Amino acid sequence: MGDGRKKWGAGKWNKYLLAGLLMTGLALLMGLVGLFWTPYSTTAMSAAEKFDAPSLGHLFGTDNFGRDIFSRVMEGMGTTVVISSLVVLFSGSVGILLGALTGYFGGMLDEIVMRVVDAVNGFPSILLTLVIISILGSGKQNVILSLGIVFVPSYIRIVRSEFIRLRDADYIRRARLMGVGRMRILFVHILPNIFSVFWVSVMIGFNNAILAESGMSYLGIGVQPPDASLGKMLSDAQGYLRTASWYSLAPGLSIVWVVLGFALFSEGIRRRNGREQ
Amino acid sequence: MKYFMKKLITLIMTLFLVSVAAFLAFQIIPGDVVTSILGTEATPEREEQLREELGLNKPPVERYFSWVADVLRGDLGESYRYSKNMNEMMPVAELIGDKLPVTLWLAAVSLVLIVVIAIPLGVLWARSSSHFLDAVLGVVTQASMAVPSFFLGILVTYLFGILLKLFAPGSYISCQEDFGGFLKYLLFPALSIAIPKIAMTARFLRNSMLTELQSDYVRTAYSKGCTKRRVMYGHVLRNAMMPVVTFLGMIIAEIVAGSIVIEQVFGLPGIGRLLISSISTRDFPVVEILILYITFVVIFVYFLVDILYRVIDPRISEV
Amino acid sequence: MKRIGILLTALLTMAVLGGCGADGTGESSGDNSSKEPAYGGSVVVGIQQDIDSLDPHEATAAGTKEILFNIFEGLVKPDENGGLINAVASDYTISEDGLVYTFTLRDNVKFHNGNVVTCEDVKYSLERVSGLLDGTPLISTLKTIQAVDILDEKTVQVTVESPNTELIYSFVAAIIPAGSGENEAADPIGTGPFSYVSYTPQVGILLKKNPDYWQAGLPYLDEVNFKIVNSPDSAVLELQGGTIDIYAYLTDSQAQELQESFRVEASPSNVVQALFLNNSSAPLDDVRVRQAICYALDRDMINEFVGGGNGTVISSAMLPTLKDNYVDLNDTYGTTANVEKAKELLADAGYADGLDLEIAIPSNYEFHMQTGEVVVEQLKEAGINATIKAVEWSTWLDDIYNGRQYQATISGITCDTTPGYLLNRFQTDSKKNFINFANAEYDELYLSAQATLDVQEKIEAYAQLQRILCEDAGSAFLQVPANMTAINKKLSGYKFYPVYVQDLSTVFWAE
Repeated sequence: MGDGRKKWGAGKWNKYLLAGLLMTGLALLMGLVGLFWTPYSTTAMSAAEKFDAPSLGHLFGTDNFGRDIFSRVMEGMGTTVVISSLVVLFSGSVGILLGALTGYFGGMLDEIVMRVVDAVNGFPSILLTLVIISILGSGKQNVILSLGIVFVPSYIRIVRSEFIRLRDADYIRRARLMGVGRMRILFVHILPNIFSVFWVSVMIGFNNAILAESGMSYLGIGVQPPDASLGKMLSDAQGYLRTASWYSLAPGLSIVWVVLGFALFSEGIRRRNGREQ
Repeated sequence: MKYFMKKLITLIMTLFLVSVAAFLAFQIIPGDVVTSILGTEATPEREEQLREELGLNKPPVERYFSWVADVLRGDLGESYRYSKNMNEMMPVAELIGDKLPVTLWLAAVSLVLIVVIAIPLGVLWARSSSHFLDAVLGVVTQASMAVPSFFLGILVTYLFGILLKLFAPGSYISCQEDFGGFLKYLLFPALSIAIPKIAMTARFLRNSMLTELQSDYVRTAYSKGCTKRRVMYGHVLRNAMMPVVTFLGMIIAEIVAGSIVIEQVFGLPGIGRLLISSISTRDFPVVEILILYITFVVIFVYFLVDILYRVIDPRISEV
Repeated sequence: MKRIGILLTALLTMAVLGGCGADGTGESSGDNSSKEPAYGGSVVVGIQQDIDSLDPHEATAAGTKEILFNIFEGLVKPDENGGLINAVASDYTISEDGLVYTFTLRDNVKFHNGNVVTCEDVKYSLERVSGLLDGTPLISTLKTIQAVDILDEKTVQVTVESPNTELIYSFVAAIIPAGSGENEAADPIGTGPFSYVSYTPQVGILLKKNPDYWQAGLPYLDEVNFKIVNSPDSAVLELQGGTIDIYAYLTDSQAQELQESFRVEASPSNVVQALFLNNSSAPLDDVRVRQAICYALDRDMINEFVGGGNGTVISSAMLPTLKDNYVDLNDTYGTTANVEKAKELLADAGYADGLDLEIAIPSNYEFHMQTGEVVVEQLKEAGINATIKAVEWSTWLDDIYNGRQYQATISGITCDTTPGYLLNRFQTDSKKNFINFANAEYDELYLSAQATLDVQEKIEAYAQLQRILCEDAGSAFLQVPANMTAINKKLSGYKFYPVYVQDLSTVFWAE
């Protein structure tokens, strides 16, 4: 790698990191504020204001019910971020638990879990969520649960392979010889050492969760109306592409904004840590 | 050989698990296929008759195993919903056979786009010493990967269909009708699939080449007086392509397994759409086979990728 | 891929937004009806869902029947005024006691295979649908047929179990060649203006002109292609792209989008849309709560938001297009919201602090989903905290319609041409009474209305039934949505029917 690249890439506060932080920060701020306060009501309808084009009064215009799209994007962003965080939290913790146990102990449990992981991985994730939602019914909790289940295998794999790598490391052998308890070895001695690897997959996972959540809402199996969600707004807007293109663009670009911001942010972190690949 | 056997057993085990899971899911999902077919006006006698015709009055366990036995004999069963012209019901094999070419062609066109654009782009990127280009490509590829597929489909429709009028959105042309028109129409959904993958592949190739460029053999080649061009294309690209090829393999698996969203946005009658509609109409025989097919494709391609790795690098040990 | 649920689920009889409605005058549509009819050409009609069967007796989806209308005919067939015209029969008489129907066959009506329709064919068809053939009745209203006798080579006599002045409407059941039953699904043969060419699952169905059609001069078109479109959204794109010529079930906004490039016509559908309330589920078992909901809704606004003001606001289960039988009850709860009254009733019922309500909506129906959003917003004003639960159509049929496990749902019930059809489902023990409406006076009145052969008496009884249903707040009836149809500007002769059919026989390309 040439020196010039480093100017752009590495460094404590490289531009990726800055741009990512700025974009993510703005999106998070908008979303979190949007959960509690929006400039207009997100559900109040007005026949007189159907499909107003973007203006100072309505930054992103209004939709087919005369609702303020900016307010709905704010609330939708908030919902998406919260759901995605919970998905990552759920699948990450289950992943750590199962990955640690299977990686460290191996054996029968490992065989079974890995076969299930293979089976789940073989399924297209969208299909799996669809089936789970068909069984459980729609709603926010079920979205979190189904996406959580879909994302668990990738975490199990990562954590498991790290545990396999570390279980025979010298310091772990020594700890075992010294009679340290199994659980303590698992979660005090090994776990902190896999965080640098785990952290990367959490960031990727968060972005995937945002894309998956908006995809589900787009398909109508995610957040239920009249609650605002970016994906559902996009699917409602699709039919008005020609007459009211702002209605599609606002939620669509918002998703791109937050996902891109987060991707740049994690790229920035990677570069700072000098592990570009 | 032992390795093959092990993989084969894993494959069969996984397919079995998936088929059981799908079957169980269909037992749990609310929605009765008979009411769903006959609607609210049907007479009870007719409902009972249909239930018997479809074999739904038998106990679930018996139904599952007779289904397994049929599949093992090569009989994939018949759709509950689709009737065929000359027979009563449409055989699943035929139904899927009708839709599969659409998905496969879509995958092929997407792959061509990916290869044709991503590889020169990746090479250009790796060779360029311009910081500006590096930054632009970095951001553009990141941005392309951040667009959800359904939004990309909408954007492509809007840009090429409505604004530029390069194609008529939704007006799918079947391949028997007009093969040229069919391919032309596929170009746009393929583009929607390809854009994020192009970004990923280009990034991947560029990183792979940068790694290669730093290795010893490159220095040796230069010191032996090879031209930059020869080193680049004769050695670096060739070696850097290996991991890219396996990466492309996984992309193929993903597309062939059904681009559900893109097929829906563009109205392509491929297996992704068939799967979605079969789930919502509770057409179990079709869903079960499609799920098995998709699982099989994904696992099989990963398996091939695995083999390829072994061929390239025999040092990889059996895990 | 829009809401998964939407996906191509069958539009069954109990469906929505269907139905070509009559505009009351029954004139053929169009500003260019004055143009000279021209023969030839082909038309592509966009349809929303796949076909469930090509066998006219087994097909149940409304979306299938509207297509089969072009292939098959009964002894009689519906006309665009809500009445009947003679089709395979040239004439019929009904005995005084209402038990014997005598049909005279029209001369020289030919099946698409070239054979002339005989009494044998009629006997076979009627015996097949009534269950006399194999014990499985296919059309429930015709179960009442006791015997079909051939009197001479042109006359068929049908004997029924009990008199019913509305039974004649059921003789629209298709006449098919004797013995062809099992093959109809594969190779449908009828007597209609178009004959079957081919069907491709998920793609569509192709029909061609029947040159031997008995109505002289019809049809005009050589070929009709019914093409399945994914969603109303892609239908709009396809219309704009010029790949389909006619599409019937547009939402208001889509209609506006197409206003310039297409001839867009609104006509009342044959669907009664309502916020159906499960009368035996607490707290909706309290009539005051149901009435409060009726008061809380602003039906004018609902019509405005989801139908662009083209729908017709109603307060009971009857189509205004069935003029003789319809009574206007919109004053009962008013067509705008009366929040005060609603709150008062809720307080009376012990829900002064409001209550929770879950509204299940079949997710494949965008129209109902949008209505749901408006309804939730309106109920909020009255202190009712409503939530929407989108369900797949198969789930809706199973859990809500058949299982009756729900609080409230938004859906539509379709009407065929018989007015009694809409009212009979609200009898306490009707199999179709999915709202669990229970009113002894209603049951009694309905039975007496069925028994009478006096037309005026029947009309009065029907009016009273509507009143009971409305005042007892069986459900919150909302509107009869308009059916918005986009038609290629160069096409003429498209007719609207008060039943769910698309008649392509009179359509032609204007020069």
